[in-house]
Amino acid sequence: MRELFPMKQVNGFIFSLLLTVVALSVYFLEMSFQLGMTILIVTAFVQAGVQLIIFMHAGEGEDKNAIYTTLFYGGFLGLVTVLGSLLAMIWGYL
Amino acid sequence: MEFFERFAVPHPSPMIYASMVAIGLVIIAIIAGLSYFKKWGYLWNEWLTTTDHKRIGIMYIISALLMLFRGGADAVMMRLQTAVPENTFLDAQHYNEVFTTHGVVMIIFMAMAFIIGLMNFVVPLQIGARDVAFPRLNALSFWLYFAGAMLFNISFVIGGSPDAGWTNYYPLASTDFSTSVGVNYYNWALQISGIGTLISGINFIATIMKMRAPGMTLMKMPMFVWSALITNAIIVFAFPVLTIALLMGTFDRQLGTFFFATDNGGMDMMWANLFWIWGHPEVYILILPAFGVYSQIIATFSERNLYGYTSMVASMVVISLLSFLVWVHHFFTMGQDAMTNSIFSITTMAIAVPTGIKIFNWLLTMWKGKIRFTTPMLYSVAFIPLFTIGGVTGVMLAIASADYQYHNTMFLVAHFHNVIIPGVVFAMIAGLIYWWPKMFGFMLNERIGKWAFWFIVVGFCLAFFPMYITGLDGQARRMYTYSEATGFAPLSMLSFIGAALLAVGFAIIVYNIYYSFRNSPRNIGSDPWNARSLEWATHNPVPEYNFAVTPEVVSSEALWDAKKRGHKLFKNKIEKIHMPNNTGWPIIMAGLFFVFGFSFVFFIWSGVIISGLAILGCMAYRSFKQDDGRYIPVEEIKETEDKFGGANE
Repeated sequence: MRELFPMKQVNGFIFSLLLTVVALSVYFLEMSFQLGMTILIVTAFVQAGVQLIIFMHAGEGEDKNAIYTTLFYGGFLGLVTVLGSLLAMIWGYL
Repeated sequence: MEFFERFAVPHPSPMIYASMVAIGLVIIAIIAGLSYFKKWGYLWNEWLTTTDHKRIGIMYIISALLMLFRGGADAVMMRLQTAVPENTFLDAQHYNEVFTTHGVVMIIFMAMAFIIGLMNFVVPLQIGARDVAFPRLNALSFWLYFAGAMLFNISFVIGGSPDAGWTNYYPLASTDFSTSVGVNYYNWALQISGIGTLISGINFIATIMKMRAPGMTLMKMPMFVWSALITNAIIVFAFPVLTIALLMGTFDRQLGTFFFATDNGGMDMMWANLFWIWGHPEVYILILPAFGVYSQIIATFSERNLYGYTSMVASMVVISLLSFLVWVHHFFTMGQDAMTNSIFSITTMAIAVPTGIKIFNWLLTMWKGKIRFTTPMLYSVAFIPLFTIGGVTGVMLAIASADYQYHNTMFLVAHFHNVIIPGVVFAMIAGLIYWWPKMFGFMLNERIGKWAFWFIVVGFCLAFFPMYITGLDGQARRMYTYSEATGFAPLSMLSFIGAALLAVGFAIIVYNIYYSFRNSPRNIGSDPWNARSLEWATHNPVPEYNFAVTPEVVSSEALWDAKKRGHKLFKNKIEKIHMPNNTGWPIIMAGLFFVFGFSFVFFIWSGVIISGLAILGCMAYRSFKQDDGRYIPVEEIKETEDKFGGANE
């Protein structure tokens, strides 16, 4: 029974519900804009990770390395584009 | 009649009307010629529907050469206009249209097509594969590129050319300042061909990662394959940014949004930022395959192993990483603070280090080598000092504070032509001459080729070195004329003479192709250059299945070691070969994309909806179609191999 029961998926599901609740708290509780955005960004990325790894089986196939490389590359692309644009257009703009 | 008024050219001239007539006549001549010689079936079956990477590569290269002449004609017109002060050959508007077209055509439709064409032809051969990983997608890539190129090229006779520069900065490119449909053409032509490039990028990464011959580990790949792999990784990084930026531009111009507007919360400088996030990696997309070509050619004609293989690979990886982190140097003067400019200044200068390593590696490859000065080698040898000058002026431009002086002057124009022409164009010509026997089974005449080389090198130096001086004297780029008192006249005239010599050089190359086609011997064997890598282990021209037997590789110089150390490349018996079928949907789908883009440019919504649905229909058709390819039987392979004088077993 223990082998058949999808413990990992159930735990993952509970964890992703928990993340949703934490994200929702931003709307229902009084908090500063900065804190709210931080919570949203962190929970969003963790949520995406949970979905990819547990429910889309990113780490289980033969092409695990290719999938993770692509994911990290995509993340790098996004970070460079967004942070670089912020640097050039807002933070570092006179 | 009202419907057709939108297609009128807003700023016509006798030259544009003459071009219309010429285009019409050429189309009629092509249709008549194909019908008269009954070549429609041949064209459709052998070329337009092909999935063979070699033929797709050749079609890319032919398109690139056509675009080279289109962009080259624009270049000569610009130099002619500025050859003397107060010239009236072109007016300001035409000059704007000409330099915009020149930039876009040369970068997107000439250089990109040339490198992807060479990659298409060479990469599968060098890794011992039969085709790319996704042959049908490869055909789609080419046809999307071609549809985009044609869409861009008709703009000057239908509706008006884009005129906001190849960088297309907002707010100039917005509907407030660019009122014709020109910038719509820019958006859609680049969008469509950009999708093709992105597909190519994924295709080649998959090909190189998954389809190498047995024994070819990553560190045993020929240097051109390494450069192709890294280039395609950059393509996959950079092109999505362009796709989104173009889409935002289209939304602004055609659907009433305010992304790049100066009011309503828009940010016009965001375009420049996004454009160069794509645009700077783009110049490394162009130069890295060129480095790969030079590495092959210099090793071959020095008869030595490429010096410092590992450092060559490492320096390309470092260049590719740094290429993502330097884009702000294109707009140092836009208003960032000293800290931000310094960051990008330092990353930019850092690129000189890995590039310098590569230069030294090439020099050390030639050191004590048995150098043969063939035409491809001449281009490679000329590349080293000329590119170094371009690199040094690049470091000058990278100094942010000094850039306030150079920015938007002819100094900058001289710099980027100085890296792109000896870097990319020389490499593409050298590569074309080098791999020509592989493509067509005969060699280009060396004597005529060397004439062309000298015209091109001298023409290049005369055309662009004067611009460094006039740039430092304050001549702004993109100015359609200047007064006598500025003193730019003598050097500008020199520059025009250089441009004319370049044009003569390219004309000689075309004559050389004609001459060699008529006169060159066909019995050149499979390895006329005494080369080192795998593509020379099969016949000239290459049979459709590339290698009758899959080669097995133990070193990075597979063929050389087979010749000199007796490594055996082909160990197995001939077996039936699995090949992809030809298919018509890529060209049909690209045709629909052309209709879609054209309709969108002119706000013809019925055309947009119908062709959009038809594109989705094509995708659905492709998704449900079973096509597992075909097998070439052993007898047929043996027959083909016998025609070439026996299999390489």
